[in-house]
Amino acid sequence: MKSLIDILDLSVEEIDSLLDTALDIIANPKKYSEVCHGKKLATLFFEPSTRTRLSFEAAMMELGGNVIGFSEASSSSASKGESVADTAKVISCYADIIAMRHPKEGAPLVASMNASIPVINAGDGGHNHPTQTLADLLTIKREKGHFDGLTVGFCGDLKFGRTVHSLINALSRYTGIKFVLISPDELKLPGYVIRDVIEKNGLPYLETRSLEEVMPELDILYMTRVQGERFFSEEEYLRLRDSYILDTEKLKSAKEDLVIMHPLPRVNEISVSVDRDPRACYFKQVLNGKFVRMALILKLLTEAGTI
Amino acid sequence: MKIDSIINGIVIDHITAGSGMKLYGLLGLDELDCSVALIRNVASRKTGKKDIIKIDADIPVSFDVIGYVDPGITVNIIKDGVITEKKTIELPETLTNVIKCKNPRCITTVEQELDHVFKLVDRDTKTYRCIYCEAKAE
Ligand SMILES: [Zn+2]
Repeated sequence: MKSLIDILDLSVEEIDSLLDTALDIIANPKKYSEVCHGKKLATLFFEPSTRTRLSFEAAMMELGGNVIGFSEASSSSASKGESVADTAKVISCYADIIAMRHPKEGAPLVASMNASIPVINAGDGGHNHPTQTLADLLTIKREKGHFDGLTVGFCGDLKFGRTVHSLINALSRYTGIKFVLISPDELKLPGYVIRDVIEKNGLPYLETRSLEEVMPELDILYMTRVQGERFFSEEEYLRLRDSYILDTEKLKSAKEDLVIMHPLPRVNEISVSVDRDPRACYFKQVLNGKFVRMALILKLLTEAGTI
Repeated sequence: MKIDSIINGIVIDHITAGSGMKLYGLLGLDELDCSVALIRNVASRKTGKKDIIKIDADIPVSFDVIGYVDPGITVNIIKDGVITEKKTIELPETLTNVIKCKNPRCITTVEQELDHVFKLVDRDTKTYRCIYCEAKAE
């Protein structure tokens, strides 16, 4: 049974074909509106994430399917101490596919090892969130038309940001990508990601503390949240914070076709005035997330022989 | 038991000198009823010194544990006084319940029934990662 737990579970060809399906869904929504008729998606959310859950549920509904599930652990049998493995076995009797979010790392893998239906990891703690990465990839694909040869800047918290690590992993499999890593020293990309992913694929990268300095080079700017609690002192945080806030002033030197991305929710790292800039793509990412989840549900149900 | 004359049993040879005791514990040999000999600092032509473990019974031993602790060990299976099988143990691809995941955010910390499984990700550096959370084995 094929599941999606880690973005690297998918080959480059599989990702390309998923993105093509998503583009076809966008172009011909009617063609797909009944393909999952009579099928059920179970959203098992052991911790609340309204945004991700609604994206999955909207995706299944637009495919003509139905949705069952729970949105927090306290309203599920987990609160009575049922194991993830047992939950997966039980839900396999009711549903055709599972989307699971869990605060513990590896819980969706455990579910996939025990379920008789496909499992999609909808986020396991700070570990993996492959459908966010697919949404990011679809956004780049729609805005740029390709991945090869892009200069991609990541800005903010590159140490703890799982979406950043995952997207770097996925992009590293394309050719000619250049990474620009913009962060304070405290929040630099971990050495193992640089070593095992970027350097292993022979890709060039640049580490810098200054967003303004590298702005003119960038084709993509992926912003993340810089959280106060990651710093040793309040003064240090306040001193650094402003240099990692994107505003219209900083964007003046950027390319005209820059693509500005953010996994959302944002706090203040992108000024609201940027929203009116046509280069702002973070709300498009949300929409793309639904389309790519539709493509993924379709792929997994087809491979399972369910549809 | 005469340590040189095992009729039916297992001889674990070429253990790195000093690792014998650790392996003895990990294999759970202290719980066996049969005779077990741990011989330390035996002269070895190859490495100068080595440890040897001799078990006077044909019990199932986990080659994964052996390979993880000390790759390069030879295991001799002895039947009716002769060596019937000689295996050089390599670093195993997976370790099941040999080591525990220490990442507090890992699902194995809340679900005690789960097997602790580690996969070899780099043979050169002997790096294992938890299959659930990808934390490195220490
Ligand atoms: Zn683990």
